Amino acid sequence: MFDVTAPPQKKATRYGFGEGLVAAGEKDPRVVVLGSDITGSVMTSMFRDRFPDRFFSLGIAEQNATTVAVGLALTGYVPFMSTYGVFASARNLDQLRVSVCYNEANVKIGGGHAGISVGPDGATHQALEEIAVTRVLPHMTVIVPCDAVEMKKATIAAAEEITGPVYLRFGREAVPLYTNESTPFKVGRAEVFREGSDVSIIACGAMVWEALVAAEELSKDEIDARVINLHTIKPIDRDAIILAARETGAIVTAEEHQIHGGLGGAVAEVVVRGHPVPMEFVAVNDRFGESGDPDELMRAFGLTHREIIAAVKRVLARRGS
Amino acid sequence: MEQRVLSVHELRDMAKEIRRDIIRMLVEAKSGHSGGPLGSADIFATLYFGGVMRYRPDEPLWTDRDRFVLSAGHICPVLYATLAEAGFFPKAELMTLRKFGTRLQGHPGRDMGLPGLETSAGSLGQGLSIAVGIAIGGKYLAKSDWHVFAFCGDGEMQEGSIWEALMAAGYYKLDNLTIIIDRNYCQIDGRTEQVMGLDPLGEKLSAFRLHVVEANGHDFDALLSAFREARSVKGRPTAIVARTIMGKGVSFMEDDYTWHGKPPSKEQGERALAELQ
Repeated sequence: MFDVTAPPQKKATRYGFGEGLVAAGEKDPRVVVLGSDITGSVMTSMFRDRFPDRFFSLGIAEQNATTVAVGLALTGYVPFMSTYGVFASARNLDQLRVSVCYNEANVKIGGGHAGISVGPDGATHQALEEIAVTRVLPHMTVIVPCDAVEMKKATIAAAEEITGPVYLRFGREAVPLYTNESTPFKVGRAEVFREGSDVSIIACGAMVWEALVAAEELSKDEIDARVINLHTIKPIDRDAIILAARETGAIVTAEEHQIHGGLGGAVAEVVVRGHPVPMEFVAVNDRFGESGDPDELMRAFGLTHREIIAAVKRVLARRGS
Repeated sequence: MEQRVLSVHELRDMAKEIRRDIIRMLVEAKSGHSGGPLGSADIFATLYFGGVMRYRPDEPLWTDRDRFVLSAGHICPVLYATLAEAGFFPKAELMTLRKFGTRLQGHPGRDMGLPGLETSAGSLGQGLSIAVGIAIGGKYLAKSDWHVFAFCGDGEMQEGSIWEALMAAGYYKLDNLTIIIDRNYCQIDGRTEQVMGLDPLGEKLSAFRLHVVEANGHDFDALLSAFREARSVKGRPTAIVARTIMGKGVSFMEDDYTWHGKPPSKEQGERALAELQ
């Protein structure tokens, strides 16, 4: 389905978010955007420039911005509040819990600067906990698109298709852009990006590309790996995960997130109940990030196809083939 | 069904009836907050029966209604009693307060579908931000003339996010927003000025670009006049700092912060009801 042997085009998922906001705004006049100062970083500036009357600057005050969004939602609008993931999921967590989710408010949160690939800004700005923090909240939908095109689709879907809270996770750095308009995307449905029968690699965000590269490499060792893009962490696609467990008998998860509570944990919750098989987890190993170049950090924190390949070999050894 | 508008004399009786409802509810529930609900009953009576707020009890989501956002969720018994008196739901339901399956949750839960309840509340500070969002929607998007009323406790003003919300309210010149602050100088741990001082509260609010009205929260004429002023002021939100006495109307509760978060016993309830005749 995807050729990973040639160097890919690259584009940051945050641009997909900005383009998605403009597209959603053009379709639906109820879509409004709240700014938390860093509009140029999270690309809400694109919406502001296009629809200045539907953009409200609220300054560096994320708790208030999150809750103002609730007021707008209860008045019939479709507000997007966006800032860096650390502030969009943790600084405002009580607001997300009580005002957004308990009210079942139709609020969309865009959490940017996700993952270690934020780079030189260092640990305070590298969001590594948002999947864990947001997916425990009742009524919340959590989506981590794999590239900028999927990000745009997810943003439009959050506005158009979902009535209720949505957390959208996206990154700062340019990452491979390989899906297109015709690539299937449906909220809540995992997509098999590569068929395989020996092992399943389930990934989200930028790690989906790394999983595809890993699968290509593994094929040289005659290991036939399935790659699943699990962009929607919640509600999770149980059927696709249990089918993968049943048909391939081993699972590796890969995510640019803490190892506890994220995509890997969510998949494990399904696997242990539905069809237990050995699992390995590729993620940030319960530590904070640090400054560095994005690529350098991805290598240093074990978030490349190499670690996925190693994890596949471990999981296959455990299963016994 | 149209809303009822009462004279000042009748408002006094209505506030007394709301206080009796609160006592009966809390005795039945055997848990809940007494002080704040009793202390703010005159304000709620004025809002809902003094012709201040526009609403339709049989059409709770009427588009052009004024919105009431309770930010201090723990005083919900007074809101529930007022909504029942206004005809949003039967008074008998008040006796289900805090019981399993009730629409009258210990702190308001919108998911239970209680008519007239706009938002969930219980984590202090958040209701004011919701009210700011509703007011932004009303003034800048819907361009409607309905008004938003937010009710905050004074202890709640210690929350940092309150000041984020006030900053935004002033910045956006939300003259369709009125914030009522229940200034009873009490919170669970003691007197507000000892737990974490708030004064000069009015000056702080003015500095945040709010129009500030200080009023006796038990004087119906003063409250009616404050609400009229709030609705007429342009270019600024209004904060009504309503000086109240926690536990007002029940002698053994008045101005005693230990009554913040506990209900009267059956015997105390009977004494309270006798005083409220």
